[in-house]
Amino acid sequence: MVEKLFARPDSLVDVATHYCPGCQHGIIHRLVAEVIDELEIQKTAIGVVPVGCSVLAYNYFNVDTQQAAHGRAPAVATGIKRVHPDKVVFTYQGDGDAAAIGTAEMVHAAARGERITAIFVNNAIYGMTGGQLAPTTLVDQVTATSPYGRQSSSAGWPIRLSEMLATLDGAKFIARVCVNDPANMAKAKTAIKTAFQVQIRGEGFAMVEVLATCPTNWGKSPIEAKKWLKENMIPQFPLNVYKNIQG
Amino acid sequence: MAEKILMKGNEAIGEAAVVAGCKYYFGYPITPQSELIEYMAKRLPEVGGTFLQAESEIAAINMVYGAAGAGGRVMTSSSSPGMSLKQEGISYIAAAELPCVIVNIMRGGPGLGGIQPGQADYFQATKGGGHGDYHVIVVAPNSVQEMAELTIHAFNLADQYLNPVMILGDGALGQMMEPASFHDMPVIAVEKPWATTGMGERSEPNIINTLQLKPEMLEQANNRLQKKYALLQEKETRWEEIHTEDAELILVAYGIASRIAFTAVEMARSEGLKVGLFRPITLWPFPKAALANAVRKAIAVLTVELSAGQMVEDVSLAIQCAKPVHFYGRTGGMIMSPKEIYEQIIKIFETKGGK
Ligand SMILES: Cc1ncc(C[n+]2csc(CCOP(=O)(O)OP(=O)(O)O)c2C)c(N)n1
Ligand code: SF4
Repeated sequence: MVEKLFARPDSLVDVATHYCPGCQHGIIHRLVAEVIDELEIQKTAIGVVPVGCSVLAYNYFNVDTQQAAHGRAPAVATGIKRVHPDKVVFTYQGDGDAAAIGTAEMVHAAARGERITAIFVNNAIYGMTGGQLAPTTLVDQVTATSPYGRQSSSAGWPIRLSEMLATLDGAKFIARVCVNDPANMAKAKTAIKTAFQVQIRGEGFAMVEVLATCPTNWGKSPIEAKKWLKENMIPQFPLNVYKNIQG
Repeated sequence: MAEKILMKGNEAIGEAAVVAGCKYYFGYPITPQSELIEYMAKRLPEVGGTFLQAESEIAAINMVYGAAGAGGRVMTSSSSPGMSLKQEGISYIAAAELPCVIVNIMRGGPGLGGIQPGQADYFQATKGGGHGDYHVIVVAPNSVQEMAELTIHAFNLADQYLNPVMILGDGALGQMMEPASFHDMPVIAVEKPWATTGMGERSEPNIINTLQLKPEMLEQANNRLQKKYALLQEKETRWEEIHTEDAELILVAYGIASRIAFTAVEMARSEGLKVGLFRPITLWPFPKAALANAVRKAIAVLTVELSAGQMVEDVSLAIQCAKPVHFYGRTGGMIMSPKEIYEQIIKIFETKGGK
């Protein structure tokens, strides 16, 4: 008898994604879908997807989904969760979404201890609009709107959202991970799973920040992009579990 | 006889929402509507509902988007500056065709303005307010009792047409106390198979979305909206007419201005002047045909508003400039007296209707 050892998760639709070669949104989608399958919550999960490169995620996740205005996903998720407290509600957001236009919504959802799970993809740039400065852009990083490199004197310093949110009492699980190699992918999946379990147990707000590449807008090959992430992004955004309060 | 309770207009909207089965309220405090958010904070937990004070009007309207998409009967409220912040979310809700009730208890503007009553958000309410070709249904009560009745009507309309409905009041109506009864108001229940409730037994996910990257698809979505708006225009206009049958001059006013205008009409009638009042109750869809019909025998029209002149444009369009249209308004939170309107009436008669 033939046993299938590796298959597409049920929570991921069988279609090709629109993401660029080397973009890690696809990997992160897969990890989220695997976790949804493993926790057997496909039938009770409700996703909220953002404005940004992952705006089309409703075509990929095989769960009920609402698309939200730029940055407003945590507020939309709050509305859904208040109507369906017994369902599992998650957001999937980029750094422009979660750390610029929607910072207030993110901070206050965390402060309220909103029982939602946020997946926050930090690629240090605005992907969808063509590579402009993000709040997470590194100092000296060249982008379409920081053509001379990010100057801290005028554009300030990158926001470390995980560290910020970890100070809030309503946030129960906050971790930063990356998906640049199999070992880190395994850790990322464990963090994502924990973030959903925290919600399922009704404990409070959970967020996983996933560092990710944007080869297209960084102007790098997928391999160079992975190297740049490791050498530049991880020192600025240390991988860690910043908060894990259970019970 | 049905029991009547003396209450503020803002509270009447809150109680009527509860009667209508509203279980979710998201809002942010602002004068002169704060009694409504406070009422919901107290009342919703008593009926097993959820009240949440959001961090901003932007968050509140997006919570409404989420809750409406998830199938909840949901309401938010604010006053003028807060409504400006809600416009982004209202455009999305209209595009996603989600039902909800939005209350605007208007105050004087622009900018931070003041806290006294105004009607200068008419354009914003009836012409879209946010981006894109969309309309919210706008109902304009002029008494505490009607604030209650139109609130229930608003929830019914929202669910039937899958469209946001706005209750457009003003600080005077919100704050004034009158008896209100909540009996015999039919609440229509509508199934929501499209809602994001988790897939459950369904094999396909429900998706609520406003993105259409293909122009052909987006145009189709717009055409569908326009068809709905045409149906609303045909079926859901409401208005009131007082002494219009023989009127030579027709006053047009809504909300609190219509109460003042009515007193002026009575002053004129007691002097033997044939003056009537046309009061639009739905501001969008505007009762164009009814107004055109009402002014057929009149020599002129006088529109009265607490603004520099906004609804007057719809009045002119409705009657297609068949009669001279005059305007009288006060702004900034100032309210005209019946006598001021009466003087305008006299002027119009003296000039035989004006040009
Ligand atoms: C209100 C509003 N402002 C601006 C935009 C344009 N916009 C679309 S995506 C985006 C940035 C997205 O960046 P991010 O959230 O980091 O996601 P990524 O594309 O990198 O995955 C912006 C500014 C918009 N759609 N809406
Ligand atoms: S632009 Fe960047 S973030 Fe967007 S799909 Fe391409 S690589 Fe991914």
